[in-house]
Amino acid sequence: MGAQQRVFKAKINSTKSLRKIFKAMELIAASRIQKAIGRVKAASPYANALTRAVSAVATQSNVDHTLTTEPEEIRRAAVVVIGPDRGFAGAYSANVIREAEELIRLLTENGKDVHLYSVGRKAETYYTFRDRDLKKSWTGFSESPQAEHAREIGEVLLEDFHTAFEEDGVDEIYLVYTRFKSSVTQEPEYRRLIPLEVVDAEDAAETDQVPQSGGLPDRDKAKAHDEVFPLYEFEPGPAEVLDALLPRYIDSRILAALLNAAASEQAARQQAMKTATDNADELIKTYTRLANTARQAEITQEISEIVGGADSLAASGADD
Amino acid sequence: MSLNVTVVAADRSIWSGEAKRVVARTTEGEIGILSGHEPVLAIVAGGEVRIVTADDQTVRAQADGGFLSVENDRVNIVADQAELV
Repeated sequence: MGAQQRVFKAKINSTKSLRKIFKAMELIAASRIQKAIGRVKAASPYANALTRAVSAVATQSNVDHTLTTEPEEIRRAAVVVIGPDRGFAGAYSANVIREAEELIRLLTENGKDVHLYSVGRKAETYYTFRDRDLKKSWTGFSESPQAEHAREIGEVLLEDFHTAFEEDGVDEIYLVYTRFKSSVTQEPEYRRLIPLEVVDAEDAAETDQVPQSGGLPDRDKAKAHDEVFPLYEFEPGPAEVLDALLPRYIDSRILAALLNAAASEQAARQQAMKTATDNADELIKTYTRLANTARQAEITQEISEIVGGADSLAASGADD
Repeated sequence: MSLNVTVVAADRSIWSGEAKRVVARTTEGEIGILSGHEPVLAIVAGGEVRIVTADDQTVRAQADGGFLSVENDRVNIVADQAELV
């Protein structure tokens, strides 16, 4: 076998074994998407019930809560970037980081200080590699976040929120994550977590279209869409109920973001691996063709050598 | 008339169905809910929630922290962690 043929054969073999890995990863991701989507769905009754309850308390009572009232001056914002632990997911991690960078740019333009928090190893390494300060990072659960993880993050964020600005505290908190829209579309987006904007039923219609003046357009409000809540009796009292509800509401929002990110990660990985498998197939095809051409060329050359040799032998024989 | 009860935990739905009576423990003490109860939003102190279903079965669930809401005969028990006992 000629040298050229041997080179192609080696390339085909290595591409074939890579293809097997890509295919396996694609199948694994595909099977995990369903589970991740299921978890997003399973968590939604809790989130809906909480949203309803928080809206009800906020609309019916005039309790001012630190979590819902806009601070007079926002000097520092916390940005939580939710990324993946592992790569092999195409542009998934790059997209969410780009969204985060965009948000950070907007915040700094508004004269706000930014504190970074990260979830997932990829987000963490992106910032540590660039020597950017990370206040805290959580890793190891990007593919299967649990309620406890959300609670842990929520606790840290709330604590920093309750700390004064002078002591390194923050005045508002943003979440940057990838929203799972479908297996083919995932959208990176940011949302403000605290201060919460609980919109009254009457205001909901208005603020729906018009972005609030000042600050960033907030795409997320605990909307009480034209819904009239019954007159609840609060036990023990509206303030206490709100006190107990809000941290839970925040945890559930964080959990929802984590679950969405997990589903998006699997979907992105499946897509990326599908593309990789297709590319490997394409490569194998190209190399097989090249190997065939090389083999054919070799055979043709051998034949012409034999024919040429025979011809010259016959010519020299005729001379005798 | 019966109550429409749902029990949900942070990451999943635990139980839902028709019931005659629900007893839960709030921070103020035990609360018993029958059909026609006034709307209430209360903090659940943790402990056992007893649900007497429409066919007189008793469902017991352990609920840790959270709240319960009652309105128009719909009872939502929302707990951080909950499981059927």
